[in-house]
Amino acid sequence: MQDVVLAMLAKEPSHGYHLREWLRQALGPLGESMNAGQIYVTLARLERAGLVVRERAEGPPDRKVYALTPSGQQRVAAWLAEVNWPKQDLAELHLKLAVARAARLADPVELVAAYRRELMGRLRQAQRALLAEPEGSAAGLLLEGVALRLQADLRWLQACEQFWSKVENEAGDG
Amino acid sequence: MNQIDAVLRARDLSRTHGRGESLVHAVDGVDLDVEAGRMLAVMGPSGCGKSTLLHLLGGLERPTGGEVWLDGGRIDTLGERALAQLRRHSVGFVFQAFHLVEELSAAENVELPALLAGRSPRAARCRADQLLEQVGLDDRARHLPWQLSGGQRQRVAIARALANEPLVLLADEPTGNLDTAATLDVLRLFEELRAAGQTLVIVTHDERVAATADRLVSMRDGRLVDDTWMADLGEPVDGIHGWEG
Repeated sequence: MQDVVLAMLAKEPSHGYHLREWLRQALGPLGESMNAGQIYVTLARLERAGLVVRERAEGPPDRKVYALTPSGQQRVAAWLAEVNWPKQDLAELHLKLAVARAARLADPVELVAAYRRELMGRLRQAQRALLAEPEGSAAGLLLEGVALRLQADLRWLQACEQFWSKVENEAGDG
Repeated sequence: MNQIDAVLRARDLSRTHGRGESLVHAVDGVDLDVEAGRMLAVMGPSGCGKSTLLHLLGGLERPTGGEVWLDGGRIDTLGERALAQLRRHSVGFVFQAFHLVEELSAAENVELPALLAGRSPRAARCRADQLLEQVGLDDRARHLPWQLSGGQRQRVAIARALANEPLVLLADEPTGNLDTAATLDVLRLFEELRAAGQTLVIVTHDERVAATADRLVSMRDGRLVDDTWMADLGEPVDGIHGWEG
């Protein structure tokens, strides 16, 4: 969030209120859960870190105008050049299933079914939000990404289900 | 769920192929009630019998055991003529590969089922115009199928399936040949139909299609192994995950 706020200020100094509205618009349904005060907390942190300065100190918080400092500009440039990709810890679930089977703590197939229900509920929510977005909406593009990832996870869970069912069946036959 | 609400009902439904050593139970003792006005999705791995189940429910194939009831009447015991009549009037089919008549325009494809059902050309044309408008293709009425995109062709096929106001719309992998944008168009259309009270049964391997249904049943080796009302899955308490603030 800090980097996004800094990058928005790279164009021109702005009120916290404008930044918040821009974020809401870009995130669409995903921005609804954003706390109203979150942007001001972020701006206060950036100010303490010397990355932004307040241009007008008087008045209520949403009247303050924030601008980038030179070190703030450097950080925006570094952020744009950086390729980061959020990791997903599949190894933990994989090991949970493996240890559940090895130690006979639980049936891995049932654990997978519980995860599948959870992800299906999330996918349902994402798909409904996506179908409600008008064609060509930027927020729809984000929801598309969310739905595609959930779909990939559900397909992996299906492979898990097949694998652990097979292990169970072979153990039963032998 | 109240039994009266079920527009389509299967009881101990079975279908085998082959015999002796090569006997295959494509559908194996399925009990299923499809509630009116709902969208039911059927998922399962290739060869689990989900397409065969759809064919049995719509009278395209005959079961080797069990019963199928549509709107309170048993259909698996009907004669060939009555069954053909039923397929024409009471059931609408949509397929993965569209199956449009390539020599006919979009409007003519949609008119065809109404004409076959004995409606006047004027009535059939009127219904086709109305349906093409509903699926957002009134400006493509004179186009031949090859002049349309995949998504447009499938929407024509859906309009055609609705020509005789079927009790149920049965769709076999309706988005299997479509890209994401066209899939969303078809899902939006299904959602509109469902909101208007249309009963839909959709066989799919696409989780994103299944996630938009009211109810999801999963098949494995010819049997139903899971049956979930999607509303029971609840809303994730932490909202949709897309971005960590």
